[in-house]
Amino acid sequence: MNFFTSIKMAIRNIQGNKLRSFLTMLGIIIGVSSVIALLAIGQGSSKSVSDSVNSLGTNLITVTITNTDTHFTKSNLNEVKETSGVKSVAPILSGRETLVNGSNSSESSITGTTSSYLSIRKLSVKEGRFVTSIDEQFRQKVVVLGSDLADTLFENQSAVNKYVLIDGQRYLVVGVLNSKGGSMGQSSDDSAFIPFSTAQRLMKTTYLTQFYAQANNQNSVNWAMAGIKRVLSQTYSDSDDYSVVNQQDVMDAMSSVTSTMTLLLAGIAGISLLVGGIGIMNIMLVSVTERTREIGIRKAIGARRRDIMLQFLIEAAVLSMLGGIIGVGIGFAASEIYAAATGGTVVYSFPIMTAAFLFSALVGIIFGVFPAYKASKLNPIEALRNE
Amino acid sequence: MTEAMITMHGIEKKYELGGSVVHALDHIDLTIETGAFVSIIGPSGSGKSTLMNMMGCLDKPDAGQYTLGGSRIDRLKDRELADIRNQKIGFIFQNFNLLGKLTAVENVELPLIYRGVKSKERRTRAMECLMRVGLEERAAHLPSQLSGGQQQRVAIARALAGEPQILLADEPTGALDSKTSEEIMRLLTELNDNGRTIVLITHDLHVARKAKRTVSIRDGRLQEGEHI
Ligand SMILES: Nc1ncnc2c1ncn2[C@@H]1O[C@H](COP(=O)(O)OP(=O)(O)OP(=O)(O)O)[C@@H](O)[C@H]1O
Ligand SMILES: [Mg+2]
Repeated sequence: MNFFTSIKMAIRNIQGNKLRSFLTMLGIIIGVSSVIALLAIGQGSSKSVSDSVNSLGTNLITVTITNTDTHFTKSNLNEVKETSGVKSVAPILSGRETLVNGSNSSESSITGTTSSYLSIRKLSVKEGRFVTSIDEQFRQKVVVLGSDLADTLFENQSAVNKYVLIDGQRYLVVGVLNSKGGSMGQSSDDSAFIPFSTAQRLMKTTYLTQFYAQANNQNSVNWAMAGIKRVLSQTYSDSDDYSVVNQQDVMDAMSSVTSTMTLLLAGIAGISLLVGGIGIMNIMLVSVTERTREIGIRKAIGARRRDIMLQFLIEAAVLSMLGGIIGVGIGFAASEIYAAATGGTVVYSFPIMTAAFLFSALVGIIFGVFPAYKASKLNPIEALRNE
Repeated sequence: MTEAMITMHGIEKKYELGGSVVHALDHIDLTIETGAFVSIIGPSGSGKSTLMNMMGCLDKPDAGQYTLGGSRIDRLKDRELADIRNQKIGFIFQNFNLLGKLTAVENVELPLIYRGVKSKERRTRAMECLMRVGLEERAAHLPSQLSGGQQQRVAIARALAGEPQILLADEPTGALDSKTSEEIMRLLTELNDNGRTIVLITHDLHVARKAKRTVSIRDGRLQEGEHI
């Protein structure tokens, strides 16, 4: 029998049993669409993370002090600054405060830092200026706003030289930053920046828990990190008391999380496709039993075993491929809806879509073999006697 | 017209059921000439259907020789038997055995599908066969939308579609009223007049007498003529 005719016959049969065919395909549809949507979302978010990590520059070193008994002070920081390979350092003291301008207010992240922060984080000033060493020295109540925060508080007006209230105190807005875009929930666009010394008073702390250091260049990152650790080890005997991380480490950690996730998703997808395959086998077996008489008639008319086998196999394959196509479509749509709803990035991988589709077809064929074989083995006389 | 279409020599078929042996076919010797119209009569359980399944290459004998249209059948493989059924034999069943999800013309096309005929030619030939049984206007109907007599005519058209050398009909009128039976018998007689060999199984003497020759079967044994 002609192959094309077999496919047409299979499609007719699937159309004749729409609801059942749909339910049979459901396992495959869910499997394929979840693989595609989850991978698109997963790869999208890991891409946006790595983009924002990259935007911070690869020379950036983040140091976090976890020991709260032995305090890390500004003089310790100055020692770090003198380490060879380190170009500049910026302390970070962050908290959340409510900023108020008239009737507009916003609860935002506030970072106390010094002038070098601007170049270390690769930020730039749109209007006015950033905090300076004089602000630092005199504990000036000045603030620099991220672009989104400035829009929230001052709407369309210029914020520079106006006052905002932070914790009931008046702060002079001296500058507004250019927008940089989001990165791991710490977008500079929504933040406010004040002098480090001012922040110490505001947040009532005298010591440091975190600072950024910038290496001279990319090649000296490891050298600078070694130097920083050496300085820290003079204050802290236990290396668990601090962590020194560069952007590459962050990226590596991210990509290992991503690859674990991918593996996990592949596992889930594999299992759901397996379940889908068993569903197909189940329905095909029912179908063979139901259509015993049809098989008998076809055999009496001259269908060979091969023809019957092919008919059922093609039906299973068409069913699973149809499920695969619908799954790809739904996965694609779900990713788009996610992207539209959350503003997140999604990344489509054509090889993964193709693989998911081909795998679903393969599942249909593998699980279709047994029912098809069973159908082809039927004795025509007994099959014809079947009511 | 004297060449033999079917020659059977010492055909045996036994069924064993829980120790007891049923001799469904007991040493059958039978010759059917090309162009003959033979009816086989016998009571229920006498082995009529078993004999027809044997003639139709659906079943293989336990012993004996069977020659159909000049070639030995009894030693062929399943696959070769399928081809012979497809090319040399047209079946007509008591309960029509049409595929319910296919239209009349698609049912008629079936033997040609398994022969690998291209879809256009298939349709033309199927329509010709439907025309011969006077149902060309019902080509697009499903079996459930046709009367019993019409369904049987579609089944006859299907049996004719492959241009078989022989038509095997197992109680073709068994499920029909007497008037429709007449119609079907007239159609079969007409086909025989045009040279087609026909073997008709029935337990209705009235129907059997429409054939040119009648043989009787009882307990698996064959006898020439009417022996009821
Ligand atoms: N698969 C089988 N297993 C066991 N015995 C069988 C089988 N098929 C047929 N028989 C037996 O063989 C004998 C002949 O059966 P067959 O079907 O040929 O009768 P029949 O003449 O066609 O009867 P009817 O007029 O009722 O259709 C019966 O006794 C039947 O019980
Ligand atoms: Mg019978």
